[in-house]
Amino acid sequence: MLRIRRFEQASLKLYQQGKMGGFLHLYIGQESVAVGTCSLLGPNDHAITAYRDHGHALVVGMSMNECMAELLGKATGCSKGKGGSMHFFAPDKNYWGGHGIVAGQTPLGLGIAYALKYKGLKGCCLTYLGDGAVNQGVFHESLNLAALWNIPVVYVIENNQYSMGTSLARSSAIKACLAERAEAYAMDWDIVNGENLYEVRAKTFDAMERAREKCRPSILEIDTYRYYGHSVADANAKVYRKAEEIEFYKQNHDPIMLWEKRLKDEGVADDALIEKIDNEAKAEAAASVAFAEDSPFPELEDIFTDIYHEVDMGTEAGRTGRHFFND
Amino acid sequence: MPVITYRQALNDALSEELTRDENVVIMGEEVAEYNGAYKITEGLWKKFGSKRVVDTPISEAGFIGLGVGAAMMGMRPVMELMFWSFAYVAFDQIINNAGCVRYMSGGLINLPLVIRGPANGGTNVGATHSHTPENFLANTPGLKVVCPATPYDAKGLMKTAIRDNDPVCFMENTLLYGDQGEVPEEEYLIPLGVADIKREGADVSLIGHGRAVITALNAAHRLAEEFDISAEVIDLRSIRPLDEETILDSVRKTHRAVLVDENKPFCGVSSQIATLIQEKAFDDLDAPVQRVCSLDAPAIYSPPVEALQLPTVDRIIQKVLAIS
Repeated sequence: MLRIRRFEQASLKLYQQGKMGGFLHLYIGQESVAVGTCSLLGPNDHAITAYRDHGHALVVGMSMNECMAELLGKATGCSKGKGGSMHFFAPDKNYWGGHGIVAGQTPLGLGIAYALKYKGLKGCCLTYLGDGAVNQGVFHESLNLAALWNIPVVYVIENNQYSMGTSLARSSAIKACLAERAEAYAMDWDIVNGENLYEVRAKTFDAMERAREKCRPSILEIDTYRYYGHSVADANAKVYRKAEEIEFYKQNHDPIMLWEKRLKDEGVADDALIEKIDNEAKAEAAASVAFAEDSPFPELEDIFTDIYHEVDMGTEAGRTGRHFFND
Repeated sequence: MPVITYRQALNDALSEELTRDENVVIMGEEVAEYNGAYKITEGLWKKFGSKRVVDTPISEAGFIGLGVGAAMMGMRPVMELMFWSFAYVAFDQIINNAGCVRYMSGGLINLPLVIRGPANGGTNVGATHSHTPENFLANTPGLKVVCPATPYDAKGLMKTAIRDNDPVCFMENTLLYGDQGEVPEEEYLIPLGVADIKREGADVSLIGHGRAVITALNAAHRLAEEFDISAEVIDLRSIRPLDEETILDSVRKTHRAVLVDENKPFCGVSSQIATLIQEKAFDDLDAPVQRVCSLDAPAIYSPPVEALQLPTVDRIIQKVLAIS
């Protein structure tokens, strides 16, 4: 969790210095969700998420260097500077992104899980979405297919209470909870307290086992909170919710603070150990900033690679015809 | 050489690829137990079973997205759209996911996916079922767009599309499904991006794709019989990749071009071909490039009028005579 937070804080600083383009959707406040869930991924398990994707990336094992370089649009980034903040990928770590259209990734997670089942692999796909995504049609199409075909997918709704600047109360007709929508599809569902890492892991484990052993899909709604605006460029970040609300969460519901307290109460960790871990995270983040800043940008001609496999590989198929019209 | 229908050629291609590679699955509305709305998948469910040939709910965004996810994992899904008109409800999945994921991942992810189905007007089903969206799709780098005109091409191109490691939008035509043609028994593949000269000629190049090629061939026949004009007919076969050289070579030979396109004229495929010719073969032209497209309105229902909305032999002949 500290690694995510220090990475995000370092990236915020770079953004504010004007070194980054586009959007930066920070994960600060939500760290326990990615840590609690992604840390359970086994060799045949996969994960896919939406645009707030930095936290999951670090937990699945992507390096801060490749992530920070991607944020700066550098050739050393995980996507060679072609994806940006919303599009981190690491297929070798079973991490399939990083998708910028709200709910657009929900059927992709289904397809990944479908392929696992088709190939006879005992695994599942954790498919993350925000609370705003539950109102997209394709999410409901995905739930229908998941339940109809018994696909080993676990939908994880990261409910941070705001779909961009619109609160849950103003965006969702179902007020009580979002996961309850699973009832309509005879799927299992649960509400998870995101502040409690033990609970996050226990309930996620149950859902993953249900997927792996019985091919039954689930929805988990994990309650969480984000400290910053929808993105750093969100001009109304302090308009649609009061500063006192954010401060209240920071003071009383910070997942890292609560986890540190719990570890100390249980005698697992002390201040010295926590400080050591934090210092390592800060140093790693600082090093990633240096790495990213020192890295080169892609060349202009790199615009034309990674569009078609056959062209990149120089196959016979890639040599026929013309793929690009402007040369 | 056996003579079979365009429909049977597609069915044979799917059957052969299902047999060859267990990563190939077919999915779509009514493709399995119903045997396909247009019978392209007839018999495949019975032969290969429910694991390989899968009926989906009416849920294009959901199942096309599922296909994208499965392709990311190394499967080779062939997804049927009952009509390409229905692709619009799945455009996010086709454009943002299938079309962009390879690029946004810096080449880490391949998408060996085929999306196929009929894309055409002329069947009197009104505007919402008659779209030909190849121009939208070809406008997305990352997608390939294939439009066969004959049974031989349909089979060879489909087999190549399934083996291709990039997402291929394979656009058929219901009015061609019953057309017959020679198709060899032995296996063959047709590379994407290689146009075919369907008829050699010296006086004018008629350039098109899909059923427009058949219309152009009929026009070429009449031009020869009635006007002693020798028309060359170029079948693009794929819009992206586009075989620029065959187009340009033909125009350099005939010095005249009439583009025949069932797509709409405004920002359509013919707009691209016209631009290509003026950019790279302007000095070879003896007359302005002409276009015969679908008339620029939503597809009309009224049967006799819709027949005239599409490119007709008469309109092609008029354009050719105007520049001869």
